[in-house]
This record gives sequence, C-alpha cells and structure tokens, in this order.
Amino acid sequence: MVSAAPIAEVLLHNRSNPDCIQRNEIFCPGWAVDNFNRYVDPVIQHVVLVLASVCIGFAIAFALSLLAHRHRWLSPTFLGATGVLYTIPSIAFFFLLLPITGRGRTTAIIALTAFTLQIIYRNVTTGLANVPADIKDAGRGMGLTDRPLLWRVEIPLAMPEIIAGLRIATVSTVALATLAVFVNGGGLGVEIYTAGNLTFKTGIVIAGTLAILLALAFDLILVAIGRRATTWRRVASG
Amino acid sequence: MEAGGERMSGLVPHLSLGALGLFGDAFDFIFHQQPAKTGGGLATVGGLDQVGTLAVEQLKVTVLALGLSIAIAFPIGAYLGHRGAGEGMALAIGNAGRAIPELALIAFMAAAIGVGLGNLTMALAVLGIPPILTNTYVGISQVDRNAVEAARGMGMTGGEVIRRVELPLAVPTIMSGVRTATINIVATATIAPLVGVLTLGDFILSRNVYGDEGVLAGAILVALMALALELSLAGIQWLMTSPGLRLGRE
Amino acid sequence: MKNSVRSRLPIAAVAAVALILGLSACGSSDSGTTAEGTGKRIVSNPANGKVTLTIGSKNFTEQIVLGEIYSQGLEAAGYKIKKDLNLGSETVALQALKAGQISGYPEYASTALTSFFGVDPEKVPANAQAAYAQANGDFKKQNLEAFPPTPFASANAVGTLKSTAQKLGLTDISDLKGKSQDLTLYGSPECRQRIDCLLGLQENYGLQFKSFTPVDIALRYEVLDKGQADLSILFTTDAQLAAQKNKYVILNDDKHVFPAGNVLFVTDPSTVSKAGPDYEKTITEVQKGLTIPVMQELDARVDIDKQTPEQVASDYLKEDGFVK
Repeated sequence: MVSAAPIAEVLLHNRSNPDCIQRNEIFCPGWAVDNFNRYVDPVIQHVVLVLASVCIGFAIAFALSLLAHRHRWLSPTFLGATGVLYTIPSIAFFFLLLPITGRGRTTAIIALTAFTLQIIYRNVTTGLANVPADIKDAGRGMGLTDRPLLWRVEIPLAMPEIIAGLRIATVSTVALATLAVFVNGGGLGVEIYTAGNLTFKTGIVIAGTLAILLALAFDLILVAIGRRATTWRRVASG
Repeated sequence: MEAGGERMSGLVPHLSLGALGLFGDAFDFIFHQQPAKTGGGLATVGGLDQVGTLAVEQLKVTVLALGLSIAIAFPIGAYLGHRGAGEGMALAIGNAGRAIPELALIAFMAAAIGVGLGNLTMALAVLGIPPILTNTYVGISQVDRNAVEAARGMGMTGGEVIRRVELPLAVPTIMSGVRTATINIVATATIAPLVGVLTLGDFILSRNVYGDEGVLAGAILVALMALALELSLAGIQWLMTSPGLRLGRE
Repeated sequence: MKNSVRSRLPIAAVAAVALILGLSACGSSDSGTTAEGTGKRIVSNPANGKVTLTIGSKNFTEQIVLGEIYSQGLEAAGYKIKKDLNLGSETVALQALKAGQISGYPEYASTALTSFFGVDPEKVPANAQAAYAQANGDFKKQNLEAFPPTPFASANAVGTLKSTAQKLGLTDISDLKGKSQDLTLYGSPECRQRIDCLLGLQENYGLQFKSFTPVDIALRYEVLDKGQADLSILFTTDAQLAAQKNKYVILNDDKHVFPAGNVLFVTDPSTVSKAGPDYEKTITEVQKGLTIPVMQELDARVDIDKQTPEQVASDYLKEDGFVK
C-alpha cells in the first residue's frame, strides 16, 4: 500500500495494485500470520461458550440419568423433554429466549446447554443400562448397597458411553456456538458475521478452521480423559 | 410455546409481563398482517400468507438438500457397509461432519460461489451427508452375519441380500441418521436469508423489518417446523421398520 | 445408535491448535502512521471520568467506524466508554436509545426524516444545515437531541456494473423504465419497506423488477460481481465505488427518491447535561475531518484492506492529530 496525497490529513491508500487481501482471495497466509491476534478473543469466548454449555449440560443430564436410573418410569418423560430441546434449532432457541433473558452470552449458553442434554442423557442411561447384571450381582454379593454400587461399579463401567456422549455433545456445540453472534454471544461467529466479514474469504476460512481445530482439540482432550477414567479396562485386559 | 413462556418467565418474575406480552404479539404477528416497522408502514408484514410462503420455502430447501445428501451418502454408505470396507473413512466422515461450523459454511459459500437456491442446497447437503453416510454404514455392517449367510444359502444374490436382508435390518439406524441430517439442514436453512433465499429465518434475521414480535414469531415457527419434521420422520421410521423388529427401541 | 459411533483423530490436530494459539500471541498490530500535533489534540478532563457513556451504531461498516471514532475520541476526553456497535437497523438503534441502553448513536439526517418522521424523500432538504434543523426539531419532540452534522453525506443508490449500464444504456434511474421487468434487484432486507429504496423505485419511478432479493448488506457488491444481480442497492460512500471507478456505476437519482444525509449524532438531553460540554464538543470536533473522500478511505480500510474498525478509527484520530 503506497500512500498518496493526503486529504484532510488522512492518507489515501493507493489500491491500484491490489494485494491478496484486496483481491479477496480464498486464503491469504501473510494476512493470517499478521492478524492472528484478532482471533484470540473470539477463540477464548468460544471456549467459554462451549465449556459452560457442556459442563452445565453434563451436570443436568447426569442428574436426570441417575434419577431415571432409580425411577425407571421417569425415563420416557426425560427422553421426550430433552428430545424436544435437542430438536429445536439453536438459532430459534436463542430468539425464543430473547424476551426472557435478552441478548448476550447467557442466552447463548442456555440454548446450547439445552441442545447437549439429550446427547449426554442418552449415553449415560445407555451406559448404565448396559452394565451386565452379573457384575452388579457380584457387587451386591460383596456387600455393596445401592449407592456405592452406583458410584463404584455402574458409573465406572458406563464411562466409555458417557465419554462418547460428551465427545459428540462437545464437538457439535463447538460448531453451533458460531451462531451465538446472532444474540451478541461472542465467539468465532463474530469474525464471520459482523460487518465487513461476511464476504471476507480469508477471515471466514480462518474462523471456520479455528472452530474445527477447537472441536478436534476438545475431542482429543476427552479421549485422554476417557483413557484415564477407564483404567480398569487395561487392568482387566492386561 | 406460550406455556413455555409462562413457565420460564415464572423464574424471572420482574420480566414476566413483558415476556408474555411479546409472546402474545408474536402469535398476533403469525395470524394477522400488520404494517412494516420501517418506511412509514407503507408495506405490510406477517400474517398467514407470508408465514405460509416462507414456511414452504424452508421446507423446499430442506427437502431438496436432504434428497441430495441421501442420493450421495446412502449408496456409498450401503456399498461400504455391505463390503465391510472403509470403516475408518465412513466413521471419520461422520465425526468430521459434526465439527463443520454451519455459519462459516454458508458464509464461505456466499463469498466464494454466490448466493441463491442452488448453491444453498449444495451447502446444506454437505451438512446432511455425514450422519447419513455413517449411519448407513454402521447399520448395514452391523447386520448379523448369520442372517446374511442364511440369505445367501437361500440363493439370494448380492443385490438381493442388500435389499431384502441388510436394509430392512438397518432401517432404524439409517433413519436415525436421516433424522439427524434433517434437523441439521432445517436448522441451518434458518440462516438462508443471509444468501438471498427467504425462509422463516427472514422473520428472525430481519428484525428491523418485522420487529421483536416478528423475530419471536419466526423462532416459534422454526421450532415448530423442526419438531413437526422430527415427528413425521419418527412416524416414517416406525412404518418402515419391519413389524418383527418394532418391539426393540433403537 | 448414532451416539455410539466413535472417532479417531490425528494427534497433529492438537499440535496445530497449540501452534496457532502460540503464533497469535506474537502477531503484529502497529502501523506507525504520521501524527502531527496541530493543536486539535483532545485534552482529557478528569471530571469526565465519573461519566460512563455507551456509544451505539448500526450494523454496517461506515456506522461501526463512526461509532469507534466517537468512542475513542470521547475516551481521550476522559469519559468512561462502553460500546454497542452492532445494533441492526435504525429502528433497533432508536429503540435502544429510547430505552437508555445506549447514550447515543450516529444517524443519517435523511434516514431520520424519512424513516422516523414520515417525511417524503423528495421533501428532505438538500442543504445539510436545513435537514439538521428539521430532524433535530423532530427529535426534540421525542425528548431526544441531535448534534450538528458531519461534513460528508451518504445515500442509498441504485448501482450496477459499468458493463451492464453501457449495454443497456443506463444513466438515470428513469432509464430503467421498460427494462426493469427483466432485471434482478438485490438489496438489504429493510429495503423492501423503505421509501428511499424498493418502495420509492416502485411508487415514485413506477418500476417493477423481475425480482427483488433481500441479502445481507455485506453482499451488495458480491451479487453484482457474481452476475446474480443486475442491480444492487449501494451506498454513495462505499469504498468499492472509489476504489474501482471503472467497474461499478451509480445511476443518477433523477426523481430524488434517495436523499443524501449527513450524519447526526443522536443522543438525549439528560445524557447531555450529565456528560457536560466536552460531550458535544468532542463529537463535533472529531467528525470535522470526515469529508466524502476521507469517509470512503476509512470504509475502504475496513471493507477492502480488512483492518478492524477499531484500528481504522484509531489511525484516523492519530493521522488527524486528535490523539497521540
């Protein structure tokens, strides 16, 4: 960018020789390197959105699963209710909440949390249901009552399913959280949707790629947690 | 939905009246035409006519994109599942698919290819392919090999085995993939107005035209449409599942 | 069923994220422009530190740049500043102002007169001071108040590719008569309801188009570039018009349906009395350099050079000597 005659003391840039960015090419690596600090805040906001939604979603879904595990008759109700929340598109959910919680991060987190419930709930209940009856009997034979049996036998054995559910919920939530920009919820969507960005190919590619990498990173972390949480597997097979 | 509003606003008492009022306005917006919010009210917005037009457009986009993703994903998934090959690829596509950020996909399409129904359909199909491909693969490859052997023993050809044994047994899994795809597509079709295809999302995204009641009405309508689609697909799945398999829930 | 499918992912992904986050920490941001002290330097007044102002703006480039310029200028004058710079259209912004969510936002005098106060577009005063006086009078009836106008004015315009204009022989909007039924028009969603947009073209010019397609405002040049739109609603201060004079052309508004408007900072009297004299003084001071070429240049830095509005505003204030 060569500067030309100043008008009102503002330098008018010469754009007769457009560079990669000015030609709006699909990806301009130089710009990406120079401007990466622009993506730090959105990435952090995105991580906060995902962590908050998945953690709250896990707490609620896990509690519901334990309730349904003890009181089987509750299960169809929980399944139906979380199913409705899962099916309502997040973007619609954001705006359904608008009259109640207004614009902002809270609204985004509530809607994303609602989305995760069904995925986590299903996996926790499936995991608990798949614990073989003879293992539970063995636990009871060793003198375990309901509660210790749940925490020391059933939940550890259901761990692979629980982690699988968390992985699906987390990866999907990372993708959905780009929509939070519509309710001023921040995150990587800001770098895609706000003025000047919607047609900026390099910016969209960077923000989209960051969202995908973030999903992969969360997924790998959950895989690692899953390994730690299922040490019994290695003991059993080794 | 109104009941939902009541229940939730109960948690936040000081907002209850305003929130309820807006839900009422939203229903009014759905059923009755009213002056636009800008431009001195020369044009009218809302009402069942406009709701119908936009809803039909959203359904149309959804069905087109879903059809395209089934046409691409189903044969590939079925073939790989039947051969028991390409497991890694089939599963990786399913997982990668979940990570695609919808907004980035639509924005990139608009900036790189252009706006309009055709481009949008292709972009939405991208969201539908992963779950259908993966679930078709999983459904078919998990069919009991004994059943397949028995069918071959009865003299069925490869094609007949797929059609008459593997597919019927895999229906619940495949349909669950189709349902996921449908929900993804109809949800993302909500932001189609960004690229010049007017769906119910127009109410949501053009707050300046429709006002807060229009935005809320759009959200209600999109939610209802997604739920209606999910219910119909659950019904179709039930009808398609061979009666002998209906007892076991998916 | 779908929930039990497991994934296998490359370790490389974690490494990539770590690398990218690492890179971002050392990205560059300084642009080192010239800034001569010209006596215009904004002086920080400690008394203003007690006042918090929330500056709003509508949701397109020029507005966000203006919002940033006002915000950073007021911050230099010592005020505590919050920003809400993506409010949507004029209706949303006005609502936010009336509800006290924002202290003020920039509005075009013409938009205020036509959209808020029901003035016919051809009756909007061409003179900036006259339009300001009329709009401010109307604002005052609603217990609001507008500061004096910017030097530049912006308007909606019907734009097309130069090649299309030559092929069809278009100079004025009236030239579209008899041709418009075969042409596609693209514009922002609110264009459908605005008299200085689609409604004016239909009613004042008597034009019917093959189709009108609302798209996001950011796509107004993309749709022309990709050949999807024959005509697109543009802004006269658009960066693209200045940068690519041989590519795009604006049709002359011969029936005056698209009045140009200078920007007024709209606020309310209670904020004015709370904030003291530096409020109006700073705003009218920082906007003095905003002529059409300057505004186009600032818009270009965002829309074409892809700098952030925050950076562009800060460079403007430095280049013009308002801050060091």
